[in-house]
Amino acid sequence: MKFTLSWLKDHLDTDATLDEIVERLTSIGLEVEAVDDKAALKPFVIAKVLTAAKHPDADKLQVLSVDIGSGTPVQVVCGAPNARAGLIGAFAAPGTYVPGIDVTLSVGKIRGVESHGMMCSERELELSDEHNGIIDLPQNAPVGTSFAAYAHLDDPVIEINLTPNHPEATGVYGIARDLAASGLGKLKTAPVEPVAGKGATPIKVRIEAPDLCRVFALRLVRNVKNGPSPKWLQQRLMAIGLRPINALVDMTNYITFDRGRPLHVFDAAKVAGDLVVRRGKEGESVLALDGRTYSVTPDMCIIADDNGVESIAGVMGGEHSGCDENTTDVLIEAAVWEPLTVARTGRTLGIITDARYRNERGIDPAFNTPGIELATRMVLDLCGGEPTEIEVSGETGFTPKVVSFPVSEVKRLTGIEVPKAESLDILTRLGFVVKGDGDVVEVAVPSWRPDVDGKADLVEEVMRIHGVDEIRPQPLSSHGVVNGKILTTLQIRTRAAKRALAVRGMMEAVTWSFIPAKHAELFGGGQQHLKLANPIAADMSDMRPSLLPGLVAAAQRNADRGFGDVALFEVSGAYEGDTPETQRRVAAGVRRGTAKLDGSGRHWAGNAQGVGVFDAKADAIAVLEACGAPVDRLQIETGAPSWYHPGRSGVIKLGPKVVLGHFGEFHPSALEVLDASGPLCGFEVFVDAIPEPKAKPTRTKPKLELSAFQAVKRDFAFVVDKTVEAGTLTRAALAADKKLITGVSVFDVFEGAALGAGKKSIAIEIAIQPVEKTLTDEDFEALARRVVENVAKQTGGVLRT
Amino acid sequence: MNANAGNLEVLESALLADIAASADEQAIEAVRIAALGKKGSVSELLKTLGAMTAEERQVQGPAINGLKNRVTEALAARKAELKNAAVAARLIAETVDVTLPVRQSPAERGRIHPISQVIDEIAAIFGDMGFAIAEGPDIETDHYNFTALNFPVGHPAREMHDTFFLQAAEGNEARLLRTHTSPVQIRTMEVQKPPIRIVIPGKTYRMDSDATHTPMFHQLEGLVIDRTANVANMRWVLEEFCKAFFEVPSLKMRFRPSFFPFTEPSLEVDIQCDRSRPGEVRFGEGNDWMEILGCGMVHPNVLRAGGLDPDEYQGFAWGMGIDRIAMLKYGMPDLRAFFDADVRWLSHYGFRPLDMPTLFGGLST
Repeated sequence: MKFTLSWLKDHLDTDATLDEIVERLTSIGLEVEAVDDKAALKPFVIAKVLTAAKHPDADKLQVLSVDIGSGTPVQVVCGAPNARAGLIGAFAAPGTYVPGIDVTLSVGKIRGVESHGMMCSERELELSDEHNGIIDLPQNAPVGTSFAAYAHLDDPVIEINLTPNHPEATGVYGIARDLAASGLGKLKTAPVEPVAGKGATPIKVRIEAPDLCRVFALRLVRNVKNGPSPKWLQQRLMAIGLRPINALVDMTNYITFDRGRPLHVFDAAKVAGDLVVRRGKEGESVLALDGRTYSVTPDMCIIADDNGVESIAGVMGGEHSGCDENTTDVLIEAAVWEPLTVARTGRTLGIITDARYRNERGIDPAFNTPGIELATRMVLDLCGGEPTEIEVSGETGFTPKVVSFPVSEVKRLTGIEVPKAESLDILTRLGFVVKGDGDVVEVAVPSWRPDVDGKADLVEEVMRIHGVDEIRPQPLSSHGVVNGKILTTLQIRTRAAKRALAVRGMMEAVTWSFIPAKHAELFGGGQQHLKLANPIAADMSDMRPSLLPGLVAAAQRNADRGFGDVALFEVSGAYEGDTPETQRRVAAGVRRGTAKLDGSGRHWAGNAQGVGVFDAKADAIAVLEACGAPVDRLQIETGAPSWYHPGRSGVIKLGPKVVLGHFGEFHPSALEVLDASGPLCGFEVFVDAIPEPKAKPTRTKPKLELSAFQAVKRDFAFVVDKTVEAGTLTRAALAADKKLITGVSVFDVFEGAALGAGKKSIAIEIAIQPVEKTLTDEDFEALARRVVENVAKQTGGVLRT
Repeated sequence: MNANAGNLEVLESALLADIAASADEQAIEAVRIAALGKKGSVSELLKTLGAMTAEERQVQGPAINGLKNRVTEALAARKAELKNAAVAARLIAETVDVTLPVRQSPAERGRIHPISQVIDEIAAIFGDMGFAIAEGPDIETDHYNFTALNFPVGHPAREMHDTFFLQAAEGNEARLLRTHTSPVQIRTMEVQKPPIRIVIPGKTYRMDSDATHTPMFHQLEGLVIDRTANVANMRWVLEEFCKAFFEVPSLKMRFRPSFFPFTEPSLEVDIQCDRSRPGEVRFGEGNDWMEILGCGMVHPNVLRAGGLDPDEYQGFAWGMGIDRIAMLKYGMPDLRAFFDADVRWLSHYGFRPLDMPTLFGGLST
């Protein structure tokens, strides 16, 4: 919403400065987005050309002597064909910034002759596109005074960023009423006087869609003389960015901004038969005033005559029945449209107009007929003519909403103490009608405030006019206890997983929740209910079933930029379904190239090798450790999902049912679909699948038992079938004596012809901690026997000799 | 006597010469055996003492023992000398070029994304004020995202121009990607009786894509509900938060009446800043205002939708862009880069894994 200061002052009697007005507007909820105080035009002064002589060295230039009101004429070199002695125009002195040519003037020599300034064209001042000559003012223009003031170009323009709850502020009058209510001046606008009409309007209106049109008023003015509107009107419209067209059209635009009351004018000669307000029909279209043809649908409201669609209701009129210089009989229309239909129609057709802006916010239904009266008055003033009586169809009355308002609500919701009288006075000044004088009053809502329907809305009105700045910050009362845990277990684990992975040299990425369909399908997603109906791009179509495709793609993007050794992770949501329960919390990571834990690339102490399954496994287990999962009870199994390399991947389980994650290198065909290459490994850990820690009655740690006897280590090497898993073997060794054996580690694995086909050797080191006595040779032998026997039983392995 | 004394001197100088000439442990051991071994020259001389007269022994005893002691000492001294030389030689041999670079520690390389870091900063501040952190699903229903939040039927936000919808199975209502974190207000009210003090960080989605808008972004919602919480309390909470977050001792804030469907009264908040330096915004100084968040008293219809009586309970809520306040605080110019996972960007704007924001240690120091 744009308007000028002088326009505002047509309605508001105030001594406030521009700054005060701007500040007040923002503080009462009419946020000022921009102010153009026209300072750029201030340096231009009215000047008179005293003499004009031909430039000695240039045919098209003249050397002028110009009176700028200072007493001493200045010399100006000028190329304008209309420059002549006696011309009065706009002069810019050296040092002036000339907006139209984006230059700050200085004293210069033009073909050897000094020029001390410039006589300007309209284009140079950005007033119009006129550049055929310099500005040529009437002879009575006062030399030496401000050109902007003389030409009424110094009227500051204020632009308000209007929220949807203030339809009344789509008009200058409504803004003035708000400012007056806030104490910044007095509203001075006279009420609209009816204009008597003669005879009925010959064109009738039939509302066939009463749900889309509450009321429709029409009046014919005969014998008008249309033409350019007067200068004051043109200037106001130009100041707010509108192009003057002709008096009838300019009048509608003026009232649109002055009162927030959009109007439409039809050339009565071009209207065939009566007007019908109805829904559009499939196949119908209209050539609108912007010169474009729009197809209308049954979701839209239109105005039609016997020729077809003449206007898109509340959005834009039709070209065919529009008014031009030849119009002699004009039909003025004012209607109240259903706001949502206007909004939807405008969005669907992509039309933004000043009419739509107001109609979709809601027009004051009580100002429909007054709107026509005001328009008639203006038409008569500008174009003459004889009006008919107003023809009104639809609902003419208005019954205000009444809100029961306990005045104490102001204090309850805002914390400020506003005296009851002041609260009610504010409401009254805003046009609310207050009845009663108890603690609870009845407040009738004015017709121009459709947004107000409850007591909280009234509190807002009082608060914004009384002043939000009056509300002093007031501490929240403390709960009175030291806070316990702020975060849930899942939140703590999410945070821990992030820090744990970053500590492992990985960088946290945040990738899109939506991924290409083929990536989603590859990772078990792509179901219809997880596809977006309106994706913003074709490759952002499906909710991700896994974080890996996004991370692999990100790693590849980095590789394509020349950074092939990258380690990325993300801890976020993956979507197995569309319910809250099926949104998983996943920690995932990928490593590419040689981005190992210890570093990547070549190094004098040893080059980093390509990443692989065990890097991913280590990352996954690090996450589980950081999240407090019972890592000593984890089972690692084969059988990871299909996007992993079947022989280089694993599943991490807790018991037979709970899958905590997967890790591994990727399946070659998966990489092909993901369009990624290079050594790549990744993992996913389902953070939300890790069981909650058991509630403990005490934080005391179990007693530390330290054995007095020396710990020893013994090595064993077993030959087993190639298919035997190291995990099975180490579990068997560990189980041989749960009391004495405290740990088993694998320190060598190899396959060789000497072992026989299909065999491999696994060498383990067993840590033994005697607890009761120092072990004798016999004890060790017995223990070793139990280890060998148990390994043989569980794996079929034999001790390598 | 003289001859004997002369013999001792000759022997001594010969032995000392041999000791001095010994180049290693082995040579010195050979000299020791030759002199002090069972049949060594000095041992042999000591044996002669037994056959001597008392007078002779009185003279010869000290002389020969003196010789033995001096040789023993010389042997030990030479041995120590050789050992020191050997250590010195070994140290020289073991010398390396310590300017060779070591590998950077993984913790120095790893990075936490600015969004995570800022969420941790937010949690630290609000945790201190007695707020819990709440979360909710990204995929929402029309009810939680719009209807329960008092969005009227036909509100533009409900259209496909603004909101991402999922494809509905036949006969089902289409789910959508939440356009704000506000649905968690309702979800929380449904399961928790007031007093409620929560902040809700999370992903949100809108059909927007340009330099300052991405289709996915992050929002921080706050909600306080009890029997007294009012605009004045809200001002206090938000001022305390902004001061703590931007780490300035004081900060002017401007509260402007505004409009949101889910709050009434509604306010927008600007904070004081100085934007005169290119690429940098300083908060708590200057004469400029920057819009930072929207807030208001929870709309009675929203309280009702959450199962609360608006005449009994009241409260306030606010929402702000996490990405936006992160950009403002840390001077990151382009929102789109947040979601590109460019390791150069992450390395530059990301945070070290052990830089954990706390109030006792300062959020970002």
